Amino acid sequence: MSNVKEILFGPLFSNNPIGLQILGICSALAVTTKMSVAIVMCIALTVVTAFSNLFISMIRNRIPSSIRIIVQMTIIASLVIVVDQVLGAVAYDISKQLSVFVGLIITNCIVMGRAEAFAMQNPPGLSFLDGIGNGLGYSVVLMSVAFIRELFGSGSVFGLEVLPLVTQGGWYTPMGMMLLPPSAFFIIGLLIWALRVWRKEQVEAAEFKIGPHTAMSHS
Amino acid sequence: MSEENTSSNKDSIQNVIVTALGVCLFCAVVVAGSAVALKERRVENKALDKSKNVLIAAGLFQENVTQMSEINTLFEQFEQRVVDLRTKRLLTADEAAVVAADNQLNFSQYDQRKAAKDPSLSMALTDAQDMASINRREHYALIYLLRSEVGIDRIILPVHGYGLWSTLYGFIALEGDGNTVSGITFYEHAETAGLGGEVDNPTWKAKWQGKRIYDDQGQVAMRVMKGSVDPGNAEADYQVDGLSGATLTSRGVENMIGYWLGDEGYGPILKNFNG
Repeated sequence: MSNVKEILFGPLFSNNPIGLQILGICSALAVTTKMSVAIVMCIALTVVTAFSNLFISMIRNRIPSSIRIIVQMTIIASLVIVVDQVLGAVAYDISKQLSVFVGLIITNCIVMGRAEAFAMQNPPGLSFLDGIGNGLGYSVVLMSVAFIRELFGSGSVFGLEVLPLVTQGGWYTPMGMMLLPPSAFFIIGLLIWALRVWRKEQVEAAEFKIGPHTAMSHS
Repeated sequence: MSEENTSSNKDSIQNVIVTALGVCLFCAVVVAGSAVALKERRVENKALDKSKNVLIAAGLFQENVTQMSEINTLFEQFEQRVVDLRTKRLLTADEAAVVAADNQLNFSQYDQRKAAKDPSLSMALTDAQDMASINRREHYALIYLLRSEVGIDRIILPVHGYGLWSTLYGFIALEGDGNTVSGITFYEHAETAGLGGEVDNPTWKAKWQGKRIYDDQGQVAMRVMKGSVDPGNAEADYQVDGLSGATLTSRGVENMIGYWLGDEGYGPILKNFNG
């Protein structure tokens, strides 16, 4: 049972796909200006990762290694299209705001990475949980970033006003920077820093030492 | 990338083909099934979104209105009219009924985009005419009028044209004089998010308000500038800031306005509104 727990909750902090594996940064920058949009993206990604892991794991013993990436992509792409269609039907406004980024889940490294690294070697049940776990890990980071960006950029949380804006007669002058993609980059960087201060084992060993400055050309 | 994994038969040609076909078939069924099952809801949402955008262009939309029934109630304030783009005339209700009967159309469910692809309901444009790069133009367009006691308050016109990657579909709302812009909005496009996609940005759309389309000679003078508009400029009334990093989308929007509000589009009709 501890194995299941590890698979499901490990990706939250100790093996976070964004924090440790540094995957899926692109969408984390793009869809985190509003929490309501970010949460839909999180759900979409979690569903896609979980089910792609499940289906790929179910047929893992049949997938020829020569075409395994294509098979994985086909399954992932189909799931993403289905999710996109469902969003268009039930949450049209949000699906419009997510625009291209739902489609881009196809190329989100987390989905592909988990399919290749986990689902190809493990049974369907565990793979499904692994997908959910990694989706949650992604969601934790996304929601933290979205919380900070929405709070300081728009003075609200989930669209509810927390810091009354100057433009509406309050006192808070929003930080325009928070609404631009670079702010997410800084926030993610700071989060990763904080995570690695807390969990020292996540600090990567330097791959090489930077040598003293010389004019030698490399051979 | 050759893998020495020949112990099992899963790498046999036969299995490669069977697996590939099986996966494709299964995925195709799932995708097609969901598309068919959800089509009705999606179409409904699209129609609602379109009504909402007519309201936004006219400046009547309130942020907190999300209920379908409320949007429909607000939308009912508009008078829907049919425009014949060949003869450049605003049809009366009776004429519209005749047109509808002749072409077996129902204008309450008229799909202008579909009509633009139907040879019997549209015409091909020559390169010289096709400023907005839309290839074909429908014969009939639906426009929306909002009346007040003194006369026509708003004229909402559907427009579309090619940007960088995609055709942008939207509405432009003019005031009763048929010249002053009261709002613009796009409800469908696939421009680069963050660059051309900023056509959706409320701040940019707000810049259109109060701008004028036609100069004193009645020519379309509206320009989307590169960079910012110099407010001291004599032409500033006819100019809107371009979107930074999206020259081609900005040009597309300018051409779209030039086409649809020009002589090929609604221009002659709007001039009759004036007179």
